[in-house]
Amino acid sequence: MALNPDFETALALSRFGLGSGENGVSALTGNVRERLKAEIKAGAPQPRSDDLRDTPTLLAEAYDYQKEKAAARKAARTNDTPAAMTGEATDMSSAAMAKSGMPPEQMPEQMTAQKRGAKTTTGPNPIRDAGLAEIRARFNDTMITPDIGFNERMVMFWTNHFAVSTKKSQPVAAISGAYEREAIRPHVFGRFHDLLLAVETHPCMLLYLDNAQSVGPDSPARNNGKRGLNENLAREIMELHTLGVGSGYTQADVTSFAKVITGWSVSRSEKQGPPGTFQFNARAHEPGTQTIMGKRYAQDGLAQGQAVLADLARHPATARHIATKLARHFVADDPPPALVEQLSRTFLDSDGDLAAVSTALIEAPEAWTPRLTKIRSPLEYVTAALRATGATLRPQAITQALNAMGQPWWQPAGPNGFPDTVAAWASPEGLSTRMDFANSLAGAADKSVDPRTFAASHLGPLLSVHTAQAIARAETQAQGLSLALLSPEFMRR
Amino acid sequence: MTNRRQLLTLGATAAFSAFIPRLSSAAGGRDPRFVTIILRGALDGLTAVPPMGDPDYAALRGNLPVDGALPLDSTFSLHPSMSTFARQYKAGQALVIHAAASPYRERSHFDGQDVLESGMTAPGHTDSGWMNRFLRTLPVSQAATLRGLGVGGVTPLVMRGQAPVLGWAPATLKPVDADLPPRLLTLYQATDPLLASTLSEAIATGKIVGSEKGMVSAGGGPGDPKTMIAMAEGAAKLLAQPDGPRIAALAFEGWDTHAQETQRLANLLGGLDGALAAFETGLGPAWRDTAILVVTEFGRTAAVNGTGGTDHGTAAAAFMAGGAVKGGRVIADWPGLKTALLYEARDLKPTTDLRGVMKGIMTDLYAVPESALSRDVFPDSAGVRPMSGLIA
Repeated sequence: MALNPDFETALALSRFGLGSGENGVSALTGNVRERLKAEIKAGAPQPRSDDLRDTPTLLAEAYDYQKEKAAARKAARTNDTPAAMTGEATDMSSAAMAKSGMPPEQMPEQMTAQKRGAKTTTGPNPIRDAGLAEIRARFNDTMITPDIGFNERMVMFWTNHFAVSTKKSQPVAAISGAYEREAIRPHVFGRFHDLLLAVETHPCMLLYLDNAQSVGPDSPARNNGKRGLNENLAREIMELHTLGVGSGYTQADVTSFAKVITGWSVSRSEKQGPPGTFQFNARAHEPGTQTIMGKRYAQDGLAQGQAVLADLARHPATARHIATKLARHFVADDPPPALVEQLSRTFLDSDGDLAAVSTALIEAPEAWTPRLTKIRSPLEYVTAALRATGATLRPQAITQALNAMGQPWWQPAGPNGFPDTVAAWASPEGLSTRMDFANSLAGAADKSVDPRTFAASHLGPLLSVHTAQAIARAETQAQGLSLALLSPEFMRR
Repeated sequence: MTNRRQLLTLGATAAFSAFIPRLSSAAGGRDPRFVTIILRGALDGLTAVPPMGDPDYAALRGNLPVDGALPLDSTFSLHPSMSTFARQYKAGQALVIHAAASPYRERSHFDGQDVLESGMTAPGHTDSGWMNRFLRTLPVSQAATLRGLGVGGVTPLVMRGQAPVLGWAPATLKPVDADLPPRLLTLYQATDPLLASTLSEAIATGKIVGSEKGMVSAGGGPGDPKTMIAMAEGAAKLLAQPDGPRIAALAFEGWDTHAQETQRLANLLGGLDGALAAFETGLGPAWRDTAILVVTEFGRTAAVNGTGGTDHGTAAAAFMAGGAVKGGRVIADWPGLKTALLYEARDLKPTTDLRGVMKGIMTDLYAVPESALSRDVFPDSAGVRPMSGLIA
């Protein structure tokens, strides 16, 4: 390879990984490509923490919580006591706080006070606590501990590809983290077909895209037409999860597919199956053969949808769609056609083996272009800054920073996830909040850290003469560290 | 250029007052206060003061309607977030000047603010502002009492210059390393054009303050309605003091509404309205001697863009409020909204030169000769007559 090994290591950490760890680029020894392959082989790690629970437990908690709240509201109305404070005020003041440029060491304290205040009026909120536990577990573990973090980057990529939003409802918010752990992580280097099936049968996706309520128009559960078909999930599977928009399917295909997956739902009671798990409700399933993109699916029940998903998973349009998104994410907004072609062919030839596709990506010369063409997303930026400085933040401070930077945690605006282009993240607002964040970290850094050493250690051979010079000329240590954290080499990957 | 600024807390004003001789009244037996509020980022005058009566308005702005606008006259209405201003207008203490602009005709925030605040005809000519130079045109005796006040982490350019001015900022404005943005900009300019232009835009729109001492981020800063009100409260308290400053400049930020204009302007105009209310309350009896002028560097496109907002344009609306204002009217030589009537077929055409408004206020409020204004305060503006009758 033409690239100098040290340069290649620095580039790999930035482009394929989460950024260098506290000990810098040089802490990573050995052949970096072999290390990337080792991460593929090992698969994505699971965040380890005692307070993470599975989907059925979290869903049961969420439904109990909703019942309690409803009962409390009813009691409040009948007793004519003042209504409980809504969560809105808390959200607004948190957002204002995130924008205030407050040093991180102050933010948690403020938040604790606020949380305590909120608790006195609204009581414990297991849904919020579960979300914070998920963030804490990741930032104590899977985001920080990997040497490179290609596996974690793939988790982030697929979680955004199969996006859900905690804004949808309290049950969806309660299980968003479990969804990522249960449906995404085990499969990021497995078969795309298995990943797809795990996602589309997970309660989180079935609730997020409304399929849990979808009922076949000619099914026994139609209740004389009071309940009916919801095309949301079927459309997004075709448009976003597999084939891609404009790849040749029609509205009739979407409708047929929606009928195929009627009955794919979530159990609410013991008689339907273990509550909070995937349930195929035969009474809601549309009977009969369906035709999708010219192919007839005559299977009965659950098997019908499984057959369609299997075909969608290995469709050439899906291969191209996934290849394009991967290349766009890791390499360039307008990815090199040869790279897309290579990834797409690997996808098809390996029957959707994501380990093979990931290996093809890191073996492609186009993926190693020395120029840093992409801007780190807010999540990537915050992660890289925390890894480099060794700072630890409370989960509330992390969510506030991400909100302010425009990438609220597990809360994209729609099922298409957060944008993945340079233009989306190179905004004046985003830069302003990154500056706040960098300033906070720089201000809180140990006074013994020399900004010149810091930059050389974490940017390695990526460090430009201009950046080194600007840092060397900084007036204060904090200014030098801020310049390092805001340098083009650190902002980009 | 010397730029002597003293950062005061409100508690410290008593000490500072002791050094200033007691004021003698200016023109008309009045002890006038003159405040300029700069709206950085370019206000959309067609949303703030929609010309509902213009036959072409509805078609042009159908995608950006102003629901619940408050009628001002047969042609113009007021954004519903500005209920205080509406009340002041009804009481004859507030007016609107529409289709107004500085002499600047390009569309850069940075340069537009430079022209608006420096009082020059082109950007990059001076580091002093017209309010500061106005202080220096006054006779020594009068100048000693007419102290200037710059509110915010950074004194707005309009108030900077050789005449000493006081500086005050609400404690909630957190000053950080203001030297960082210019250094970062130099670095980006050397290696990364995209980040350089992004940072320039952030600085130009006040999201990042790139010079002198002050805020680095606008968050919790002068783009936040709460901070706007805090700034106005502080300024009013100082201006109300018997021996306090008499001329003040404030800058509110965040008006660059390329997207989500409806929601953002409702929020921002609410902040501006709250600031006007805070002035009225805080000035007390001095309100009747006060004229507040609210101006922006340029307007926005007449048409709505593809992201629920508007892009950089030319003419906008300006506001005046205060007990000294001869209000209750919209002053406009209305150019119309037909495409052929727009400036460069895209922007509201400017028909009023803001310098005429500024000169009109100064001549009526302080009885200064127009020649001094045309020479020192607004060079090359002899052709721009002071607008008469703005002051009651």
